Amino acid sequence: MRILVTVKFTPDLQSQRSFTDGTVTRTADDGSMNELDENAVEAALQLVEAAGEGEVYALTVGGADAVAAVRKALQLGANHAIHVNDDAVAGSDVFGTAAVLAAAIRKVHDENPLDLVITGMAALDGLTSMLPTALAAELDWSQLTLASSLEVGDGNATIVRHLPDAHETVTAPLPAVVSVTDELNKPRYPNFKLIMAARKAEVMQWSLADLGVDAASVGAGASRTTVVDASPRPPRAHQQIVTDTGNGGNALAAFLIEKGLA
Amino acid sequence: MSTADNPIAVLVELRDGAVARPTLEALTLARSLGTPVAVWLGTEPDADAVAQLGEFGAAEVRVAAIGAEARYPAKAGAAIAAATEDASLLLVVSTFLNKEIVTRLAVTTGAGVVVDAAGVEFVDGEVEAFQTVFAATWNVRTRIAGKAIVGVRPNTTTASAAEAPGAASIVPISVQLPATRETVTAVEPVAQIEGVPLAEAPVVVSGGRGTGGDYALVTELAELLGGAVGASRDATDEGWISHEHMVGQTGTTVTPALYVACGISGAVHHRGGMQASGTIVAINMDPDAPIFEICDFGVVGSLFDVLPQAIEAVKAHRGA
Ligand SMILES: Cc1cc2nc3c(=O)[nH]c(=O)nc-3n(C[C@H](O)[C@H](O)[C@H](O)COP(=O)(O)OP(=O)(O)OC[C@H]3O[C@@H](n4cnc5c(N)ncnc54)[C@H](O)[C@@H]3O)c2cc1C
Repeated sequence: MRILVTVKFTPDLQSQRSFTDGTVTRTADDGSMNELDENAVEAALQLVEAAGEGEVYALTVGGADAVAAVRKALQLGANHAIHVNDDAVAGSDVFGTAAVLAAAIRKVHDENPLDLVITGMAALDGLTSMLPTALAAELDWSQLTLASSLEVGDGNATIVRHLPDAHETVTAPLPAVVSVTDELNKPRYPNFKLIMAARKAEVMQWSLADLGVDAASVGAGASRTTVVDASPRPPRAHQQIVTDTGNGGNALAAFLIEKGLA
Repeated sequence: MSTADNPIAVLVELRDGAVARPTLEALTLARSLGTPVAVWLGTEPDADAVAQLGEFGAAEVRVAAIGAEARYPAKAGAAIAAATEDASLLLVVSTFLNKEIVTRLAVTTGAGVVVDAAGVEFVDGEVEAFQTVFAATWNVRTRIAGKAIVGVRPNTTTASAAEAPGAASIVPISVQLPATRETVTAVEPVAQIEGVPLAEAPVVVSGGRGTGGDYALVTELAELLGGAVGASRDATDEGWISHEHMVGQTGTTVTPALYVACGISGAVHHRGGMQASGTIVAINMDPDAPIFEICDFGVVGSLFDVLPQAIEAVKAHRGA
């Protein structure tokens, strides 16, 4: 079983974030791997463990600090780490990012075929959950998204996905792109031995040229969307906090009535 | 295909065969931008649904009768592509499934996409969408070059019928559906939460770990205010209430006029799903709970004391 997991560097959700020139500014020490990608790594490790053979690759695209995301995957037990680091990628939209990820995935796949690509269902830093679909389309592989259960066997993968109106069971031949929800599993904690090994492990550094991707086809210039304005939302004005000493419920009701909400 | 001037396509969202309210909101928004044309996927619409789409301004109802094939994002995307060739802008309701569908659509048409938007307008002939991001701590405005798709969140536009109803003429759309590798082998319908769906409710009253699993008071206040019951992840994980009630980044995102958080600490994952609500009220025993940082009105106290008194006071006010 050969599985590649895409992981994303995300800023610590509790820390201050800012936008410059329409993109998110992050500092190396205030982030790591997108939390939901831990479920993706866990799914890959469990499948390889159950198969008794195989390898897990962790792949990220991003600036210098993004390497923290693949290091985290190594700490959890991934065998190989790939970091596509090229200035030309900055400012890519979801389709540009998917094109770069797909090129790196093909490079791995062409050398030794992969069975699955697993991703988290979304990035918790406020971006969209469109990437897994865009990646499946770009690779022209099977798309199994929002998996809250996942089984692999006989050259097929089968998932159950919970949509608001129905629980769907979907099956498709490998290779497939699978996105997983946090209902799928409980991610393990990194163990000390792996943490030490991850520090020294080699991370493959690839550029767009290594992938044969034309720099002009990705990045801010090729993005179909441009952030034209970004500003922090002002804190809520006129905040009122009362301590209940026997009248808290009445105070709450009075607030709702005054606001015309009750 | 079209006689409509500056057609703005709106993908119709169905619930139990009827048009869901967020679609009426999207049609209202579309009217401020151009001429709404509704795009209908699945089985043929009934006369009531068509009439309602007309009431909210739809000049046409473009029907791609692809039945259950609409469950496949790539097929739904192809059907919408066939139905919206002339539209510079498509509005959909921002749901997980629609995000997949519009991604497939955009891959084939080259459109730019913004999802989870709170609004959209034309600026110098180009589409600009606005969103709140990073757990609703930032406002962002994004311009889409060329053909545009915008996913709008429920409750961000107030639905109103058009002054002059649209003709809602039926336009059948024929489409060659692409083959897909995936097969949906089972569809098990989920029992729908009674009353207003969580994502669309004008009021949401949520209970977390602090309820200890007792949702009686939370439910009573929700019913009194005409709202829906929400929950934190800890509460759904405990099995106190079903997963469909979960509010947050991995659950449902809500933007009601009023959000009441009872016994919820306000973890960033929870806040991300409710922080853009109109008015936020929090009841929590811990004065340092992070939920107090983002509320308009907070009561430091036990929900078991505060809620009954508040419920009585609201009832008394209404009786008066
Ligand atoms: C990847 C990931 C995704 C997640 N996604 C979500 C999500 O989408 N939605 C979500 O909600 N969570 C999500 N979580 C979980 C989230 O981090 C928190 O653990 C969860 O929201 C906490 O739920 P809670 O506020 O009910 O419980 P707690 O944090 O335990 O808070 C309970 C609160 O109740 C108060 N309290 C206790 N008794 C009373 C009383 N009698 N009256 C009043 N107050 C009382 C306490 O003071 C406390 O503040 C996610 C976590 C991860 C890792």
